[in-house]
Amino acid sequence: METALAFIIGIIAAASIYLMLSGNLIRFIFGLVLATNAVNLLIFVSGRLSRTRPPQIPEGSAVPAGPVANALPQALILTALVIGFALLSFVFILFYRTYQSLGTVDTESMRVAEPREDGPEDGEGPEADREEKARGEEAE
Amino acid sequence: MSPVLVLPIVLPFAVAAATLWFRDDPRRQNRMAILGSLLHLAACSLLFIRVVRGGMQTMQVGGWEAPFGITLAADHLSVVMIMVTAVLGLAVTIYSRAEIDEELLRSGYHPLLYILLGGVCGAFLTGDLFNLYVWFEVMLMASFGLLVLGREKRQFDGGVKYVMINLFATLLFIAGVGLLYGMTGTLNLADLHLAVQEVDNQALLAAVAAIFMTAFGIKAGLFPLFFWLPASYHTPPAAVSAILAGLLTKVGVYALIRLFSLVFIFDVAYTHGLLLVAGVITMFTGVLGAAANNEFRRILSVHIISQVGYMVLGLALFTPLALAGAVFYLLHNMIVKANLFLISGLSARISGSFELKKLGGLYRDHRYVALLFFISAFSLAGFPPLSGFWAKLLLVRAGLETGAYWAAAAAVVVGLLTTYSMTKIWGEAFWKPSPERSESSEGKDPTGKPDMWMLLPISGLAGLTLIIGLVPGPFLEVAERAAHELTHPQIYVNAVLGGK
Repeated sequence: METALAFIIGIIAAASIYLMLSGNLIRFIFGLVLATNAVNLLIFVSGRLSRTRPPQIPEGSAVPAGPVANALPQALILTALVIGFALLSFVFILFYRTYQSLGTVDTESMRVAEPREDGPEDGEGPEADREEKARGEEAE
Repeated sequence: MSPVLVLPIVLPFAVAAATLWFRDDPRRQNRMAILGSLLHLAACSLLFIRVVRGGMQTMQVGGWEAPFGITLAADHLSVVMIMVTAVLGLAVTIYSRAEIDEELLRSGYHPLLYILLGGVCGAFLTGDLFNLYVWFEVMLMASFGLLVLGREKRQFDGGVKYVMINLFATLLFIAGVGLLYGMTGTLNLADLHLAVQEVDNQALLAAVAAIFMTAFGIKAGLFPLFFWLPASYHTPPAAVSAILAGLLTKVGVYALIRLFSLVFIFDVAYTHGLLLVAGVITMFTGVLGAAANNEFRRILSVHIISQVGYMVLGLALFTPLALAGAVFYLLHNMIVKANLFLISGLSARISGSFELKKLGGLYRDHRYVALLFFISAFSLAGFPPLSGFWAKLLLVRAGLETGAYWAAAAAVVVGLLTTYSMTKIWGEAFWKPSPERSESSEGKDPTGKPDMWMLLPISGLAGLTLIIGLVPGPFLEVAERAAHELTHPQIYVNAVLGGK
């Protein structure tokens, strides 16, 4: 079971990195969601998978009777999930506002904060984009 | 069980809640924030005195004994860091009164700032790896908010890149936490110190160490992971730049120092060798990148990277002297760097721009501002007798003692190159005659006069830099004690686990 999960985690992580590197904000979000899931699964597997009873302590006793499943990874994942969800909703709004404000979801053409020395001052607008594309094609 | 350890974390959140409650009343917000930051400074000083007098303080939250509960632990390194955090918090809060306009205050500037400060203090005081992750997230969320608060185009641009890479670093961090837990079965830092020694598969451990190094390396702005930093730090208001520059990368450095002195010390030649190379390259790329820039804050941003290299160099050499150097460097650099950003904001307020081309004549018109910049900038470059000199001296000496001559040489050369970009700012913004007025008036309404609320914190921080430089004795002693604790992890382990 652990081996199968390890492969699944690997595939999800690879897909997420591919998406995150694509330079498109929408794809980045999907990559981020996948990566979060991969990491959560990783923590889950790190706690060892077992077919034992749930970690419950019988009434009147201070310790569980016999072996029980490891509850800590689930607590960690729960925390990570909550935080991840909050971050995700923030990222959605940030990217949406960025799209509204800059008019693009392509990270390569976002040059407002770091304008090109040789190009037009602000690096935004369709001309800048076209020039940049032309330059890229020349380079290739 | 002492509340002294909790106050530096809880107080900022209380201030955040209070200022959020009064979000429609900017004037009251400002007053509450200044009062709150004074209280925070007092709480941090209290803990600082406790630790300096009585040694390490620990607390098991909720009464759950270590290693099962969450531990708060304050050693000398932690208290030095929270002291500087509180001082910067106070300075930036006062400065914000002049710089942050009502609209930003209404959209939640103070709550975000104080959540950030609370998160930073939490990260400095926690003794639990997963808890460290949570504080990192708290801090990140607040910094995301602060970075894009003005909703300007360039802020969105810088913010998106900052958010992307930092989220990735966080994912790496938590993946590392998961793997380390899988191998050792514990998350308590002191317990990890013991558990790591019993792990058989050293190669796997080295891989996990590398994951942590990458995650914190991104946060700290280590070569080659720093490109997000100069892309974003010059976009928000100067007060926000100052707090981000003074604190956030340093939390990354702190986490590196903590983990690579307490947990990952099984193969110092490998891990710290890697850090040494990364540190030296970071120093050079940072300082050269700064030389290529022509905007006040971008020069400073790229310089942060170079300075982080110095701190990591101190960690990498891993001798008591080198670690003392790293701690001293942190202490000095957080103050100086934040102050330089505050000064950049002040000179932009005076002449309307951050572009060196459009600045000028500050020395003629505002001698006092020039003096303040002079102190901070040349302390950064390491001129004696300013604070940066002692920090660099310690590191160079540590380099010579351990036989890492090239690292020592690099520290000296980078110091010289730092002087180059500082004199560039000096020459352009302060000495050059001011450019045509018509040009400079395009920017954000230049007032031509320095604001008292801006001058006050800048003077305070510059004064502190002078004091550290002229009377380095007590600061050195604290740094040496911190280094002693870092090189003897047994002290930390005993304090947390009760000498078992």
